[in-house]
Amino acid sequence: MSAEKIKVLVQRSTRTSRVATILFVPLVIILVLAPRWLDRGTISMLVEFFFYLALAQLWNLLAGYAGVVSLGQHAFIGLGGYVLFGLCVIAEWHPLLALCVAGVVCAVVAIPVAALVFRLQGAYLAIGTWVIAEVFRLAFSQVTSLGAGSGISLPVSVAQDIPISSLERDTVLYLLSLVLSLFVTFGAYWLLCSRSGLALTAIRDNEGAARSTGVDNLRVKLLIFVATAFGTGLVGALIYLTKFRISPPAAFDINWTSYVIFIVVIGGIGTLEGPIIGTLVFFLLRQYLADLGSWYLIILGAVAVAVMLKMPLGLWGAFSKRFDVHIFPTRRRLAKAEVEGIVVNDKAEAV
Amino acid sequence: MTGLLDTIIQGILLGGLYGLFAAGLSLAFGVMRLVNVAHGDFIVLGAFLALYVQRVLNLGSPFTTLVILIPVMFVIGYVIQRLILNPTLGDDILRPVLVTFGLSVIVENVLLQAFSADSQKLQGGSLEITSIALPKGLAVGWFPLTMMAVCVAVIAILQFIMYRTKLGRAFRATSDDGMTAGLMGVNSQHLFAIATGITLATVMVAGVFTGIRASFDPNSGPDRLIFAFESVIIGGLGSLWGTLLGGVLLGVAQGIGARLSPDWQILAGHLAFLVVLMVKPSGLFPKRGD
Repeated sequence: MSAEKIKVLVQRSTRTSRVATILFVPLVIILVLAPRWLDRGTISMLVEFFFYLALAQLWNLLAGYAGVVSLGQHAFIGLGGYVLFGLCVIAEWHPLLALCVAGVVCAVVAIPVAALVFRLQGAYLAIGTWVIAEVFRLAFSQVTSLGAGSGISLPVSVAQDIPISSLERDTVLYLLSLVLSLFVTFGAYWLLCSRSGLALTAIRDNEGAARSTGVDNLRVKLLIFVATAFGTGLVGALIYLTKFRISPPAAFDINWTSYVIFIVVIGGIGTLEGPIIGTLVFFLLRQYLADLGSWYLIILGAVAVAVMLKMPLGLWGAFSKRFDVHIFPTRRRLAKAEVEGIVVNDKAEAV
Repeated sequence: MTGLLDTIIQGILLGGLYGLFAAGLSLAFGVMRLVNVAHGDFIVLGAFLALYVQRVLNLGSPFTTLVILIPVMFVIGYVIQRLILNPTLGDDILRPVLVTFGLSVIVENVLLQAFSADSQKLQGGSLEITSIALPKGLAVGWFPLTMMAVCVAVIAILQFIMYRTKLGRAFRATSDDGMTAGLMGVNSQHLFAIATGITLATVMVAGVFTGIRASFDPNSGPDRLIFAFESVIIGGLGSLWGTLLGGVLLGVAQGIGARLSPDWQILAGHLAFLVVLMVKPSGLFPKRGD
């Protein structure tokens, strides 16, 4: 059978994804213009929504795809925040420049961190990353120029630097958080569609098989660890730019990681839609249950455990499997195959 | 010089506590490759249970509560393993880590709801304040000595179960090759549940000692988990006596750190752990093939 007699058509897009692409443009326009109509409270809630969405996408990429189950990503949230504060307060940099540098510093620091924790296997790696976050917390508690254990506030002059031409401070921070969450989501999508993404998906599905087909697992994991540290550091810096005050117990709080894990697990680990659904559910639950105090976390934890046990693919995973719906199509499917003129597989949709 | 010697002796004895923290973690990993992220929260749960039972029954010593609470914790461990943890075991490490992480948040917040965020302490009575005088003005407290003795005893018992009993043979067989052990009639579901039961029994003992030694609150679980984990990794996976030595090393490192500055105690322990990880990732006393 000669090669030219076999014709194949491989597709990634699905009908849902094409509809989603069309709806996406007006959605982004609405979100960009939102500060004109919405009140401050809603805007600050949206800002927080975008933070959690970005953090969830990053953790999902790391744990759901690369198989690096980190319980210590709050190390980079805190580090990003502290680098921003250090540069703004001590070196008097412009906050937006400091923001970018915070991401880069986190990526650089992630390399030796990876060199250490990657020596641990599986679940022990998870606790190893947690130790790293503790080391950062204790180390920053020693830095007197950054307020040591009690923390430090941003001077007013820094706040005055944030507005860009006619845009107010709140609007700038809102737009930055929106851009960041879009950047992380589409960055992850782009990555998964690329060659490395194919390797990542292979690792997600079966590490051993991925290695046997020539995927350099360790290299891919390191790449993702550094890339997610960069993103997490950026988000961390932006979070603390909106909070205006940082302290070691708050910046290196395990709850950052807890919430993000619950979001991803409930939404659907190993999918790009999962973190979006998870963040929506998380905010809905919080709206109604936050007043319950520790009961809120008990319920959230119980829901996550139940989902992990009964629905390991999460809400989106179960839905997508049942109805074959994909908003971010990363899977390559064989749409049409012809062998010597005979169609053996025709799932090509009318475009 | 005497001061340094004192620090080292105290650090070694503190290692007994960390050995108690770590013994269960080491056992669970050895038998079923399970790392329970909620381990530290179960230790704190043990301390709170001891506090509660001692108050309700008006007992003189928190150690007396162990008679009731060790069986209780064994049953809790058995049930949790059967209902929640067994279904997560498999090739994918993601599920056990995330499920036990969820459990950790649940236990922590249930304790917060039941006992509030206040710091608590168990009263060890005269054991806490009496000591033996050593030459050169050194003194060793009865409480740290008891802690170390109990840790050695617990590890000796675990070692005996693992290598001298029928149950231990089944543990080792399942750990080596679960499928074949199953064919020989070992019920791994039941066996794993017993292993977690034993783990939580050791956790209960650890809970009473940590509760007498220092104050605790519902949020102090993660620290206990991390100390246990560091002892296991410093000591080397799969070796219970290695785990105790890992705990001793951690205790000494923390003691020396605390001598430099009180803020440095925990950080020095973490740094010792990172140095071991850098220099000898398999731990200092790894298990040499059976």
